[in-house]
Amino acid sequence: MSTTETSVPPARKLRRRRFGDNVGFLLLAVPLALFVLFILYMFFYLFRNGLGVINWQFLTQAPTKGMTEGGIWPCIVGTVLVTFVSLVFSVPVGICAAVYLSEYAPANFLTRAIRSAIRSLAGIPSIVYGLFGVALFVTGLKFGLSVLSSGLTLGLMNLPWIIATAEEAINAIPGSFREGAMALGATKWEAIRHNVLPYAFPGILTGVLLAVARTMGETAPILFTGVTYYTRTIPTSLSQKFMALPYHLFTLATQHDQISTVRPIAFGTALVLLVIVLAFDAVAFVIRLRVAGANKWQV
Amino acid sequence: MRLRKVADRAVRGVFLANAILSAVVLLGILAFLLFYGVRTFSGTPLLKFLFGTVWNPDAYGEPSYGLLPLLLGSFASTAIALLIAIPLGIASAVFISERLKGWVRVTVKTLVELFAGFPSVVIGFFGLVVLAPLIARIFNVPSGLNLLNAGLLLGLMSLPTIISVADDALRVVPHSYREAAYALGATPWTTATRIVLPAARSGILAAVMLGFGRAVGETMAVLMVAGNAALMPKSLFDPIRTITSTIAIELGESAFGDTHFYSLFALGFVLFLLALATNLIAESLIKREKRSFTL
Repeated sequence: MSTTETSVPPARKLRRRRFGDNVGFLLLAVPLALFVLFILYMFFYLFRNGLGVINWQFLTQAPTKGMTEGGIWPCIVGTVLVTFVSLVFSVPVGICAAVYLSEYAPANFLTRAIRSAIRSLAGIPSIVYGLFGVALFVTGLKFGLSVLSSGLTLGLMNLPWIIATAEEAINAIPGSFREGAMALGATKWEAIRHNVLPYAFPGILTGVLLAVARTMGETAPILFTGVTYYTRTIPTSLSQKFMALPYHLFTLATQHDQISTVRPIAFGTALVLLVIVLAFDAVAFVIRLRVAGANKWQV
Repeated sequence: MRLRKVADRAVRGVFLANAILSAVVLLGILAFLLFYGVRTFSGTPLLKFLFGTVWNPDAYGEPSYGLLPLLLGSFASTAIALLIAIPLGIASAVFISERLKGWVRVTVKTLVELFAGFPSVVIGFFGLVVLAPLIARIFNVPSGLNLLNAGLLLGLMSLPTIISVADDALRVVPHSYREAAYALGATPWTTATRIVLPAARSGILAAVMLGFGRAVGETMAVLMVAGNAALMPKSLFDPIRTITSTIAIELGESAFGDTHFYSLFALGFVLFLLALATNLIAESLIKREKRSFTL
């Protein structure tokens, strides 16, 4: 191409370029479309195969006859229970840590170290949390194989997720909210309590719900800290072993000695677990969309 | 009045204590992994652990704790995963960031994020009942529980991470870059591939690092589809055993306090280091990209 050419390219050339552009982006869209189709296919596949098994008895009865019959009620209870225990630890600690990081933390080495440590925690594989739970809770503090050990292990794992979303929610509240209160004589804490946290609440809740969804599906951290293949009773204290949905699915799918007989129950368990997880995700997404719509904070 | 000031101070102290507690968890994990992990080496030499090619803690007489087959299992499955997820993930991210707007964008990103939250046992189960028979039939091999299956599942599982981190990286590229390219007559395609993508390269690399971290740390899905023979893999259709699944399989059968038990903490320490390095590098890459846009 000569350097003196300054005229606009002819229309034919422009059209060809636009055509090339569209072909390029179309090629980029293919992998994304395939991925989205795969996600939908996987969901519908599990739905189609699991739905037939699920009925009132399946949801409310204990497994019977070596897991080949009966339902998954103890697993639902166990999963809800450990997730709840994890939140009792991680929600207060996580929110306090997030308030410190977003409202108080000075820009110094300690703050950077704390932030970096918390972000790194989020990337530690869940099986490593399981090892830590065995070392600290099961044997170290002698909580044994129990709801408590598993719950605390899960709580350590979801703590960094809760901190990250809570900090983001608090940071989204404009500085003027605090300044207004403090100009009228409020202390910093009073300003945070009355003028920041109430407005950050929906965002914090979103984070907690997403954490609940992911915690319920985790298997590796509870594998050696308290989950069990089968218990006859539903746990009534924190020191008992428990059954859980993801572990139940794992054993039915790979460990059971009549794998083909229990396959329908495995499909049912997978679908129940997936639907519970997606339900929490869905509520979280709805709240997040509404927050994004409402919190424009325009003057 | 003074009481309110005291309360203010006290509350700050409580918040700081919780922040420090959260950060100390990382040190706690490191301490326990080291504390138990090093005891492996009173039962087996460090060099035999690091370079041993046989992992067989149950062998009668002389059990061996060689890391290599497990490390290779982890890396081989992760390599296949990334081979799939890097091109597909970056292509998807470019399309999402440069072409999708409004509710389509929100829907697609929500779906991808939902998939990131699918329990890994459910994905593993899908690999077991759908992918495994498919692989066995297509490639005419006796079992579909092998390296290929594990790699495919890990690829799918690291896609959401790569897509969303890469999308973030592309979106922080300032609009002025695109406008400058358009002003010079570049088409959207040229702008996306020659201007925006190179400008976001640190962030894209961070996405790849985090995708690697996701794949190498995954336990349950791999455990269910990899076949789990602790041998050096030679082909795509060999069963493999990763570091994560070895811990998951053997922690229950090892006795508290013997070399086998401690060796699993040593494996945990290896995973911990991999994850920590991955995260720190990714974090600094993301920072570097953001810094490159400030004048």
